[in-house]
Amino acid sequence: MSRVTINRWLKRMSRRILVDQVKQSLLRIFAIHRRHYYLMRGSWPRIAEMFYWPTVQMVMWGFMNQYLTQRAEGVYIGAGMLIAAFLLWDVLFRSQLGVSLAFFEEIYSRNLGYLFVSPLRPQELVLSLLSIAVLRTGLGVGVAAWLAIPFYGFSIFDLGWALVAFFCNLIFFGWAIGLAVVSMVMRYGMGAESLAWALVFVFAPITGVYYPISVLPQWLQYISWCLPPTYVFEGLRELIGMHTVNMMFLSYALVLNLVYVAIAAALFLVAFRAARQRGLLLQIGE
Amino acid sequence: MCAKAIEFQDVVKRYEHVTAVAGVSFSIEYGAVAALLGGNGAGKTTLLSMLLGLVTPTQGKINVLGSDMLRQRYQVLPKISFMSPYVELPFRLTVEQNLTFYAQLYGVSRARKMVDRLLAELDLLHVKKRTYGSLSAGQRTRVALAKSLLNSPELLVLDEPTASLDPDTADYMRGYLLNYRNENNATLFMASHNMVEVERMCDQVVILKAGRVADIAAPAALLGKYGRGTLEQVFLDVARHDQPLVKAHE
Repeated sequence: MSRVTINRWLKRMSRRILVDQVKQSLLRIFAIHRRHYYLMRGSWPRIAEMFYWPTVQMVMWGFMNQYLTQRAEGVYIGAGMLIAAFLLWDVLFRSQLGVSLAFFEEIYSRNLGYLFVSPLRPQELVLSLLSIAVLRTGLGVGVAAWLAIPFYGFSIFDLGWALVAFFCNLIFFGWAIGLAVVSMVMRYGMGAESLAWALVFVFAPITGVYYPISVLPQWLQYISWCLPPTYVFEGLRELIGMHTVNMMFLSYALVLNLVYVAIAAALFLVAFRAARQRGLLLQIGE
Repeated sequence: MCAKAIEFQDVVKRYEHVTAVAGVSFSIEYGAVAALLGGNGAGKTTLLSMLLGLVTPTQGKINVLGSDMLRQRYQVLPKISFMSPYVELPFRLTVEQNLTFYAQLYGVSRARKMVDRLLAELDLLHVKKRTYGSLSAGQRTRVALAKSLLNSPELLVLDEPTASLDPDTADYMRGYLLNYRNENNATLFMASHNMVEVERMCDQVVILKAGRVADIAAPAALLGKYGRGTLEQVFLDVARHDQPLVKAHE
């Protein structure tokens, strides 16, 4: 057998091994999806919770929007501006919550010991958490967005492809916050659980969800422009007010998100390694 | 195939100011049933956790099924399994859902058939649609055992496998585990406080004391060496002796 033939055979074999590894990895990620699907299917309060808050808040911000557009003279509130802002804010909130809650479910059920001695790799666990967050957010906020059409005659889907870009950018930043929360919980235990509900709200006042960031003090604006959601919400106002999509804003948001998600993923892996060194993996719930 | 299923080489684990494991070296042959004994704080949990890759040693080397557990952990994990009554399965999932989930996680081929077989063999068919959280302690232990056998492990690590079981179920479990070992030439490594169980099941006993191996031998050899009639008496002799009686050895 010639050397060329052997080389070809080796290449083919290594490609086959790689494909098999990717396949196994995907199977493990889908296994975690399956576990959460079973959990949701058997628990109507969990399903209700997923839709309840986005819908209730959409209704509230919808009425607020109607009130302001009818009564507030001299104040320009674009049609559905507040509803759109709320729905997009909720994408960010639900995305980070989706990541954190999916991890907390394993802690609540004291199942982490078995998960971490299975072939599931930390990177696969991270990918599972992130994809579960997308599904939960898409479903929860999607229903609220759809209900806004008959309720207020406002369809956020009219934003077209820009909506997809806004959605993705907020999902990405939510991932980063969620992974940071999970890392803190791995390091400090469930005492840090409340961060899952609180941390994201630090960003609400400084990313201009409901008002332009020009109202913030100059020094705070510098911080705001370092945060991807700022570009999304400023871009949203521009889109609804002037009907133009600011590509520059979307690009900045994407680049910043890549940096934040990379930092958060690294933080998770460092926390995981530290937990193995400190013997915390079996005690996270305590 | 490597002759040793488990090999600890001068393994040390320090947590800040506490040394949980202080230079442990021993090995377990393929196909053996070995027990890890030791009082509270002897370092059993840390040792088991290091064996499973949940805790990284401060120093030393751990080989499992011929692979370095530090560097090749993910090559080893599909071939081993773990069961403990102190780790739970998701409470709200049914028994069948739990097993299906773990079968997929371990990449078990023909998962449904495997799940059904284990449910039948461990007398769990009648509870397969019930949630794990609604089961009795004994049923949960059996479900955990079924989970740990899904991937037909070459090495099964058990942490007090019969704790919380009534004598009849515990006896059935011991028989089942020994049968599994005989049919699959698997290695069983278990931490236990049940000396009768250890005497009945194990070929090798590792006694830990203050993070060191105090003694290691077959149960009969230990009884002869200490001139005692039961393993419990041997355990008490070792536990109440000030210093480790025997230096760590093969």
